[in-house]
Amino acid sequence: MNHRVVITGLGIYSCIGRNLEEVRQSLYEGRSGIRFVPERKAFGYRSALTGVLEKPDLKPFLDRRARIMMPEHAEYAYMATREALQEAGIDQDYLDAHETGLIYGNDSCAQAVIEGIDKVREKKDTMLVGSASVFQVLNSTINMNLSTIFRLRGINLGLSAACASGSHAIGLGYMFIRNGLQDMVICGGGQETNIYSMPNFDALGAFSIREDDPARASRPFDRDRDGLVPSGGAASVILESLENAKRRGAPILAEVIGYGFSSNGAHISNPSVDGPARSLRLALKDAGIDRREVQYLNAHATSTPAGDASEAKAIWEVFGDDMPWVSSTKGMTGHECWMAGASEVVYSTLMMKNGFIAPNLNFENPDEDSVRLRIAAKTLETKFDLYLSNSFGFGGTNSSLIVRDWKE
Amino acid sequence: MEKAQIIATINQFLEEDFEVAASNLHPAADLKETLDLDSLDYVDLVVSIESHFGFKVKPEDFQKMTTMQDFYDYVENKVAEKNAA
Repeated sequence: MNHRVVITGLGIYSCIGRNLEEVRQSLYEGRSGIRFVPERKAFGYRSALTGVLEKPDLKPFLDRRARIMMPEHAEYAYMATREALQEAGIDQDYLDAHETGLIYGNDSCAQAVIEGIDKVREKKDTMLVGSASVFQVLNSTINMNLSTIFRLRGINLGLSAACASGSHAIGLGYMFIRNGLQDMVICGGGQETNIYSMPNFDALGAFSIREDDPARASRPFDRDRDGLVPSGGAASVILESLENAKRRGAPILAEVIGYGFSSNGAHISNPSVDGPARSLRLALKDAGIDRREVQYLNAHATSTPAGDASEAKAIWEVFGDDMPWVSSTKGMTGHECWMAGASEVVYSTLMMKNGFIAPNLNFENPDEDSVRLRIAAKTLETKFDLYLSNSFGFGGTNSSLIVRDWKE
Repeated sequence: MEKAQIIATINQFLEEDFEVAASNLHPAADLKETLDLDSLDYVDLVVSIESHFGFKVKPEDFQKMTTMQDFYDYVENKVAEKNAA
């Protein structure tokens, strides 16, 4: 028997806000979280643009041992998860009494690795990296930290799928619940933003160099886009079976109804049209809906010339004349990479619950591909009850999620 | 480094980095009870001592200390040895 899978809590810590309310407002106002950071230029970055976040103060919530185990993105993930659990009405007593899973997307721990190894090089003694380093350098660091802090006892795995990590995390959580293996799974994605996190990506020349105008640098689908802007933070989504949510009288926000996935089976960095198109079709098939039912599509579009063009072609191929409203929130946030698939479900659900579509910031002129999309260049006051969110990653991994507003 | 300065330095990093209450940091206090450290914490204590005093403690040396005074004396002796070398 398949179980219906509902969203009962959201949490977010991003460059456009430290909680749901701040983020809702930023989305509505089309506010950019991107800055020019001179330290990056001095370090050797080709582009010193990045999403900028405030370091959260965890001292009121966590003891020293818990705090020192966490790299930057685990701190963000803690804040996002704390908010999501609160929103869902889940306290520690509930988690202690019910087996709850955790599937969190993350694909790097650069700062902890580099600082740890630098210390060993300097001291010639591994013990002097301290006790926390090993728990910070593994890609599953967010899972290790959150599962021990919240004493979780269900499925516990970190998910690495490049820039589709957060989306696949929600997709997998959905499958675990739908198949009856878990009643509740905390899903999400976290992304570090420190200076060590992105130089290898910058090396490819993939970042926007519109450094004199940070808020206008990330311009998905725009004709004059020149690359993405890296960013980060964390987003958490509480998924649970409908039966479980009803049993505990939870506030039901929305329902995950479809998950499509595919691999391009082609180039390691060049995007394809076929891979994303298959992911989109699979999501529609899994949801059992007609393409005309999709009213809003939150695009992966990162503001790179090739990536946006391929996605626009795939969207056109799948939706044709039944084109939904399309926007990429990366115009405001930059590319939140491992976190993006999860944060964009948070952003899209916030829009759906508040009756608007956030603008595809800086979309001024279409190119030959994006001209065929119905792009929301400005904030649209419009109610919608079904959206699709795309996420694609290096290596050609694709994920598409379909979410419907809650109705019995 | 003077004895008083050594004690002040130790107390400071125990308070700030290990969150030990200042009121518990007195010479007669039981070391293990006062610090309440697990095996991971001992690794960090080794790191703190190395960074503040420039020598590395063997983790087994902690077994020989009972009170905070033993700990202060141990560090003082090691610092003196290092200075004499």
